[in-house]
Amino acid sequence: MKNSQTMHISGAEAVIRCLLAEGADLVYGYPGGAIMPIYDELYKFSDQLRHVLTRHEQGATHAAQGFARTSGKVGVAMATSGPGATNLVTGIADAQIDSTPMVCITGQVADHLLGSDAFQETDIIGISTPVTKWNYQITRASEIPEIMAKAFYIARSGRPGPVLIDITKNAQFELFDFAYEKCKGVRSYRPVPALQNDQVEAAAAAINAAKKPMIVWGQGVILGEAEEEFKTFVESSGIPAVWTILGLSALPTNHPLNMGMVGMHGNYGPNLLTNECDVLIAIGMRFDDRVTGNLATYAKQAKVVHLEIDPAEVSKNVHADFPILADCKASLAALTALVEHKELTEWKAQFAAHMQTEIEAVIERDTKPTKEGLTMGEAIVAINKHTGGDAVIVTDVGQHQMIACRYAEFIRSKSNVTSGGLGTMGFALPAAIGAKMGAEDRHVVAVIGDGGYQMTIQELGTIFQTGTAVKIVVLNNDYLGMVRQWQQLFFDKRYASTEMTNPDFVTIAKGYNIEAQRVTKREELDGAVAAMIASDKPYFLEVCVEKEDNVFPMIPTGASVSDIRLQ
Amino acid sequence: MSDITRFTISIYSENNVGLLNRISAIFLKRHINIFSFSTSQSEIPDVFRFIIVVKVTEDQVKKLVQQIEKQVDVIKAYYHTDEETIFQESALYKVKSSYLFEERQIQNIIKNSHANIVTVSPEFFVIEKTGFRHETEKLREDLTPYGLLQFVRSGRISVTKAPMGISEILNNFNDQNNQ
Repeated sequence: MKNSQTMHISGAEAVIRCLLAEGADLVYGYPGGAIMPIYDELYKFSDQLRHVLTRHEQGATHAAQGFARTSGKVGVAMATSGPGATNLVTGIADAQIDSTPMVCITGQVADHLLGSDAFQETDIIGISTPVTKWNYQITRASEIPEIMAKAFYIARSGRPGPVLIDITKNAQFELFDFAYEKCKGVRSYRPVPALQNDQVEAAAAAINAAKKPMIVWGQGVILGEAEEEFKTFVESSGIPAVWTILGLSALPTNHPLNMGMVGMHGNYGPNLLTNECDVLIAIGMRFDDRVTGNLATYAKQAKVVHLEIDPAEVSKNVHADFPILADCKASLAALTALVEHKELTEWKAQFAAHMQTEIEAVIERDTKPTKEGLTMGEAIVAINKHTGGDAVIVTDVGQHQMIACRYAEFIRSKSNVTSGGLGTMGFALPAAIGAKMGAEDRHVVAVIGDGGYQMTIQELGTIFQTGTAVKIVVLNNDYLGMVRQWQQLFFDKRYASTEMTNPDFVTIAKGYNIEAQRVTKREELDGAVAAMIASDKPYFLEVCVEKEDNVFPMIPTGASVSDIRLQ
Repeated sequence: MSDITRFTISIYSENNVGLLNRISAIFLKRHINIFSFSTSQSEIPDVFRFIIVVKVTEDQVKKLVQQIEKQVDVIKAYYHTDEETIFQESALYKVKSSYLFEERQIQNIIKNSHANIVTVSPEFFVIEKTGFRHETEKLREDLTPYGLLQFVRSGRISVTKAPMGISEILNNFNDQNNQ
C-alpha cells in the first residue's frame, strides 16, 4: 500500500491501515460491542497484524507498556466502550507517570447515542483526560487518518506518554476516501526544546569547579536512547553515577562508576552522599518524592544541574541552578565536550566505604543468608547467575520489587521493566508478556509478590494461549510484605489485612498448562532456577520466602535522605 | 514567593473539544480553586484564549503555567499580576421597570454608575456595566434594595501591557515545517 494512495474503505479498516503504516503490527486488547467493526478488520488483516487477547483490559495496557519498554516502540492497546474503556485507566495512568509511549483505542457508542446513557457508554475522554498526554474522540471516519497519525506522533515524541483515541461505532462503519500521511508536527506542541549552548556552558563550568560531583540518572537516558552518550559522559568526566529505579540498566551494573540506587530503598552511599555532594547532575529524572525524601533537607548544599526534556519538570520539586532543556542525547554530547576529567579518588572512596558498610549490615544477610528461611535476595542472585545478568527483569510493586532492583544485574539497557511512579500492583505479569514480545530473543523473568500476582493472575490464560515463554517467579511470603513492613515499623505491628491465605499457585499454573515448581528449601533453589531458565516455554516458579523479612536500607516517609536506616 | 497573590493566567490554545476539561483538571489535581474563568476567540483566527484568575503563590502559578503549557493543544501560557494587565469584567442587572418611575433614586444610581441600558420592556429593563470588580459590585449593592430580578457577572477579561508574540510562535512553526 502506498501511503498517499486513496482508497474507499471503512473507518474500521482505516484504523488497521493506520496502525500498519505506523509500524504497529502487534496490539493487545479485548473485543466488545462498540469495537466490533475494528475487530472484524483485525480478523481480515490477521496475517499482517497480530492481536493478543488478554484476559482483562488492564492486562492489555500493561502488556503494551511492557512491549514499549523493551522494544522502544509505541505499545498499542484496544478495548470496547464502557467497562472495557474504564479498565484501561490504571494502565494509562501508569504509562503517563512513567512516560511510556502507548496508544489506546477504544470503541464508543454511535454518535447519535452520545450523552444518552446508552448501553456501555462512558465518558472515557473525560475520565482519561488527567492521565493521558493527549486524547481525542473521533465521530467521523474522515478524521481517522490525521488523528491516528497525530496519536502516534504525540505518544512517541518528546517526553513520551499515553494517548487515547475514542472512536464512535458509526465512524468505524462509515466509508470514506482513505489516504495516510505521517504526522510531522503539531503547531501547538513543541516536544523537544532546542539545546541552548549558554546553558551547557554554565553547567559545564559548575561541574568543572566541583570537588564532589554526583550524577543521578533516570529513565530519560533510556527514553532518549542516549545510553552511549551517557556512558561516554560518565567515563570522560569520571563522576560517580547513581540511578533512580526507572534509570536502572542504562549503565551496566558492574561499571566502576555505577554506585547504585537512590531513593527510599536505594543504596546507603548514594543517599547519604546526596547530602554531601557539591554539584548534583540530574539527567532525565524528575525528583520523585521516593527519591528525595524530605525536600527541605534534600541536597541543599549542592548546586543542581538538571538535564531535562520536559520544561515542566525543571524546578518543580528541586530548584535547578543550571537547567539544560533538551533531549539528553544532545545535551550529554554537548556537555561531554566541555567537562574535564577528574579522578575524584577520595570522593569515590566515600561511596566504596558506605558500600562496605551496607554489604556488612544488609547485603550479606539478604544475598548469602545463614538463617533457615529463604530470602528474596538469594532468589534474585540465583536468577543473575543463570541468566548471566542478561535478562529482562519485570517487577511488580512492593518488597520483591525493591529487592529485585537492588540485586538484579544488568549488562544492557531496556532490561528493567517496573511500575515506578504509579506503583501498580498487578503490573508485572501482563507487562512481562509484552516485554517478551518486545524482546523475543531475551530471557524475560517476571519477579512478583504473592499479592500483586493475584491482581492479574488471569493473564496466565494469555500466556497459555500465546505460548509466550515468560518465566514467572513468585516470591511468596503469604503477606502484602511492604505494607506489613510499614505496619511493623510504624503501626506497632498491627497487621491489618496484610496476611494472605494463598491458593496452591503451582496447581493454578498447571491448570493453565504451564510447567511449575515450588521451592521451599535453600538447596532446591539453584536447580529450580536453572531448570526454569533452561526451559524454552513459559515457566512458573514459586519461591516460599521468609514471611516477615524487611527491606533495608530504608528512608522513612518524610525523612531526609541522610536519615537512611540500615535496620 | 510564598505570598498569596492574585494572578491572571492567559492561555493561547487550539479550539478543541475537551481542552477546557484538560485545563481545569490541572487545577483540580492540585486542589486549587479557580477565582474567575473566561474563554473566547483571540486576535488570531482559529486560536482561542483563556483568561483564568487564581489566588496562589508565585511558585504555584509558575508550576500551573508549566503544566498548562505542557498540554499538547496549548500554544502558550503566561501569568501576570494585576499591574501587568488591563482587565475588566462585565455585569448585567435586570430590574422591574415600574421602579424606574416609582423610585426616583434609581435613575440617579444608573446615571452616576455610567452603566448602559441594554433593553427596556414594560415589565423589566436590563442595564450593563463594564469595569473593575468593585465598580460592578457597587452597582449591584446600590440596586439590591430595589429588588434586583437577576444579576450576573462575567469572568475577568484582560490584555497584557507587554506584547504576547503568539503569531511569531505560529509563524516559526510554519517556517520550520515548510523547510
